[in-house]
Amino acid sequence: MELFTNQVLAGIATGAIYACMALAVVMIYQAIDHLNFAQGEMAMFSTFISWQLMQWGIPYWAAFILTLALSFIAGIAIERILFKPLAKAPILTNVAGFIALFAIINSSAGLIWDFTIKQYPTPFGSAPFLGSQLISTHQAGMIGVTVLLLLGLYFFFQYTRIGLAMRAAASVPESARLVGINTSWMIALGWGMATAIGAIAGMLIAPVVFLEPNMMGGVLIYGFAAAVLGGLTSPFGAVVGGFLVGVFENLAGTYIPGVGNELKLPIALALIISVLVVKPAGLFGRHIVKRV
Amino acid sequence: MTTLLNVKDLRAYYGQVQALHGLSFSLNEGSLTTLLGANGAGKTTTLRAICNMVRSTGAVEFDGKPLNNRSTENIVRFGIAHVPQGRGTFTTMTVEENLQLGAITRKDSAGIVSDIERMYAHFPVLKQRHTQQAGTLSGGEQQMLAVARALMLRPRLMLLDEPSFGLAPLVVRDLFGILGKINREDKVSILVVEQNAQLALELADQAYVIETGRIVMSGNAKDIANNEEIRKSYLGY
Repeated sequence: MELFTNQVLAGIATGAIYACMALAVVMIYQAIDHLNFAQGEMAMFSTFISWQLMQWGIPYWAAFILTLALSFIAGIAIERILFKPLAKAPILTNVAGFIALFAIINSSAGLIWDFTIKQYPTPFGSAPFLGSQLISTHQAGMIGVTVLLLLGLYFFFQYTRIGLAMRAAASVPESARLVGINTSWMIALGWGMATAIGAIAGMLIAPVVFLEPNMMGGVLIYGFAAAVLGGLTSPFGAVVGGFLVGVFENLAGTYIPGVGNELKLPIALALIISVLVVKPAGLFGRHIVKRV
Repeated sequence: MTTLLNVKDLRAYYGQVQALHGLSFSLNEGSLTTLLGANGAGKTTTLRAICNMVRSTGAVEFDGKPLNNRSTENIVRFGIAHVPQGRGTFTTMTVEENLQLGAITRKDSAGIVSDIERMYAHFPVLKQRHTQQAGTLSGGEQQMLAVARALMLRPRLMLLDEPSFGLAPLVVRDLFGILGKINREDKVSILVVEQNAQLALELADQAYVIETGRIVMSGNAKDIANNEEIRKSYLGY
């Protein structure tokens, strides 16, 4: 029983990271109808930035905040420079753009910081949380920061004018323009926020997976699985999907014989395919009906 | 009477296809003007061209200021509210959020709150449903919501694209009554595009008839309604 509880709690902790990645993916998907394959690499690069800031002697939380601000600006810049010109281009052109972005960021990180694995600090420590062996303080911190982030985002989208405008621009762009919303800048803002959310995920998971240019590969696949499971059209679904995938991953690794750590990743892919076959809109997504 | 909207030699294109062929008309401040015409005559395109939602040439002046090179979202800031064909409802948002979006360019939060109450007085059904998702409203209710959303801008000019489309005759009567009241009491100038010529002519003071992208007839709405020849040849009733 203790093993079960332990695995569920650990699953929730990593699920928090998947939830962040899924949320970042969904935010961009809502804005431009494309999956950002480079979301993980962007998060990895942000994490390296924060690491570099700390190497220069800036304390953890200051580096954390500074990284969020820089990521936000970088996200907006990527949209303005690379994806705004592609707005009306066919899907494959956009996919090529995402793959290019992936390759560029991955290689630049390798070039600047090389491919050796680096230790990444945690501000929460790794002692048992509240004296319990079930979960570490870092895992508790991961959950805590994610919950704070989600509450903040909920408040932003539900109760601020700019949040309302962003939702409107994502749901019916033409009507949004007709009430005076600059939809193009709302998309850029979405990119900025998604990049900052990815940065949070990267900085929280780095002490667990260690810092290196390929650290987010697996995490992003779980993030995609979470987004597909929850429904690509639902930010709320993405978050629920993230926690579910985290728990599912851990339980499958523990209890299904032969899965172990090595086969966890195929499980995520199997999950994506099963959801797409059985319930393509995901648990909370809307069916998009197009009139012809 | 001053001219509020002046359109001169408007030509619009969808790709290679030209939809408007040098269309000119004007609308006086405070008037309720209607654009009539059959399917495909260019009524919707005219409204879209005024708001720069389609590639066009020619001059569009609002209150003496040119609108041609401004973006759609910028034109709203002149006080032009456009209710598009199909109503453009934000279906996944609540009724109240739809109203707030209508006022998103305004800065006076106290005025916005009181205007929402004013809309609920105009359209009591919206008050009953203010927390409901707008997509769950009936067609008539969504049309009311679209008009209310447009009014939240406190517009000087309202552009309405086929407000009667898909609505039951009684609902249409209701809606047109409200539009007349808004025009008289709130001093909002209205340009309404309609296929239902009979109803539109009852409501409007000025009328223009469009055929294949050109104005073929204009004048006082009553005169056009009373002229049997025009009615039979252009309006089909």
